[in-house]
Amino acid sequence: MSKKSFRQAINEALRQEMQRDPRIILMGEDIAGGQGGSAGVVDAWGGVLGVTKGLYTEFGPDRVFDTPISEASYIGAAVGAAATGLRPVAELMFVDFVGCCLDQIMNQAAKFRYMFGGKARTPLVIRAMYGAGFNAAAQHSQALYPLFTHIPGLKVVIPSSPYEAKGLLIEAIRDDDPVIFLENKVMYDDEEEVPDEPYTIPFGEANLTREGDDVTIVAFGRMVNFANEAADRLEKDGISCSVIDPRTTSPLDSATILECVEDTGRLVIVDESSPRCNMATDVAALVVEEAFESLKAPIRRVVPPHTPVPFATVLEKLYLPDAARIESAVRSVMAYKKTKQDA
Amino acid sequence: MQIAHNILLRSYRSMRTIRDFEERLHVEFATGEIPGFVHLYCGEEASGVGVCAHLTDTDTIASTHRGHGHCIAKGVGVEGMMAEIYGRKTGVCHGKGGSMHIADLSLGMLGANGIVGGGPPLICGAALSHKVLKDGGVAVAFYGDGASNEGTTLESLNLAMVWQLPAVFVCEDNGYGEATGASYACAGTQKARAAGFGMPYFECDGTDFFAVHEAAGQAIAHARAGNGPVMLHVHLARWYGHFEGDAMTYRINGEVARERAEHDCLKNFRQRVTEVSLLDPSALDEIDASVKDEIEAAVKAAKSAPLPEPADLEADVYVSY
Repeated sequence: MSKKSFRQAINEALRQEMQRDPRIILMGEDIAGGQGGSAGVVDAWGGVLGVTKGLYTEFGPDRVFDTPISEASYIGAAVGAAATGLRPVAELMFVDFVGCCLDQIMNQAAKFRYMFGGKARTPLVIRAMYGAGFNAAAQHSQALYPLFTHIPGLKVVIPSSPYEAKGLLIEAIRDDDPVIFLENKVMYDDEEEVPDEPYTIPFGEANLTREGDDVTIVAFGRMVNFANEAADRLEKDGISCSVIDPRTTSPLDSATILECVEDTGRLVIVDESSPRCNMATDVAALVVEEAFESLKAPIRRVVPPHTPVPFATVLEKLYLPDAARIESAVRSVMAYKKTKQDA
Repeated sequence: MQIAHNILLRSYRSMRTIRDFEERLHVEFATGEIPGFVHLYCGEEASGVGVCAHLTDTDTIASTHRGHGHCIAKGVGVEGMMAEIYGRKTGVCHGKGGSMHIADLSLGMLGANGIVGGGPPLICGAALSHKVLKDGGVAVAFYGDGASNEGTTLESLNLAMVWQLPAVFVCEDNGYGEATGASYACAGTQKARAAGFGMPYFECDGTDFFAVHEAAGQAIAHARAGNGPVMLHVHLARWYGHFEGDAMTYRINGEVARERAEHDCLKNFRQRVTEVSLLDPSALDEIDASVKDEIEAAVKAAKSAPLPEPADLEADVYVSY
């Protein structure tokens, strides 16, 4: 056990799994970097943010493949390789680039097993960065997990910390279905204690990061940290919150969410993806359908506005949910109860 | 190139099976009993069979939405295929894929594909598997002249060259992408496109089994030897519409009749092998009769096969969930 960054945790998961299973290969744009350059320094980058650094040097050109900037071909190749005996981990760099290769994910990888009558296995992981907060603007900041969650046949993972990232990525690599693994780009330098040995965290099992009686907060990815921060502050004012990190949006641990809402009677959902048809609407629909009677207040969604992600810092801060907004949503659902009692 | 007798007989049987399978589907589709839509491969049999004559179950192919011929050429059984097209539980995909998604990965058949240009990137991946796993296999992407204009295809030509993959890109050029002529939709030439990527190029008359067999043999040998990917441009004619029910008003009267009369790969094959006494006509007659029975039995079996059950609806979305 030692302190590791989100970046190091992911790198370690990849390295340990590649040591375990020779069928695991990596591909992506500049995941080594420096191929064909004038200086000839290969493994110059290790990915644009250094997540795969050192893996080319350790595993060589038969396991780690730099690709041309050509998402449709190499994501499709990852799908084809997965269906024919390899276990590829492809890096899409920014998840926004899925616009260039959605067919290979949506119509090919996700459909093979069902469409071929259960005879195909496509053990594929696609890693990509998501999220606002980096001044990366509209085409490099989206949180597109609802898009993938919508597609039957895909599994979708959003780790909220370095510990979670390592365990969930190892689980993803060992899984026999196509998995979309989304890393919040603002979190790469976050650090916490991470075991040195390999371990897995099962999909579809939510993590209860805070336990409380008054309000349930369901938050995704980086938003889990903001939800914890808000819960800790509210605790001081005597408002006790449960915080649920679902870890995976597909499969989704509906049971834990429902049980928790039945206990607290109030629900705030924090989701940094665009507000229409996102995970917040999905969880709200689930709770309204299955736990309506236990609700003491309307469900509140803490989500961005229905706009592209803006560039300027001042606008981006307004765009993204934060601890203060979560706190205020929690206070509003608590206040709703008081109003009703007064009336 | 001298072709062994057993290969000739097997290839003739494959072409005859495809022809009869498709002609029968044409008839059965008109009765309204077949759900969805089908795209027939009649007239193009020599292409799939001439290429697949050089492949084993270790090798991989990816097909198109006109995929029945490729499936049969790669060894997928007609009974399971027919049942699939009829939407039956006994179909190769248990009635969940239909005509456009017939696949059998155990035979290296990575699926027909409902997406134009869907196959070439997958074939880059299959070729990468062959290369990394060192199993000696090659991967073959069949794609049409229509798909040759898809970015996925052009990107795949580049990636296959960059990674020096054992991949063969077979452009089946039947002159039409749906209802639009290749002369309208394809700028430049396939040959120049291959040259643009530095990729070796072969072409042949796709209605002549021997021409396809010869060119495919060279193309596949190049890729299999580890010399990188190749393009094989096969010139073809489509005998039916883009899909069944297409009245083909975009083709001049007599175009198909002329193709049938002059470029029938089965007639030409028979003439060629019997002229030089390579095969006895009676051997071909026997195959014709046997295939006729096989197709009849497949249709009969498909029509009486059980339908999928309600429980099948939610099965096999994931390996585990």
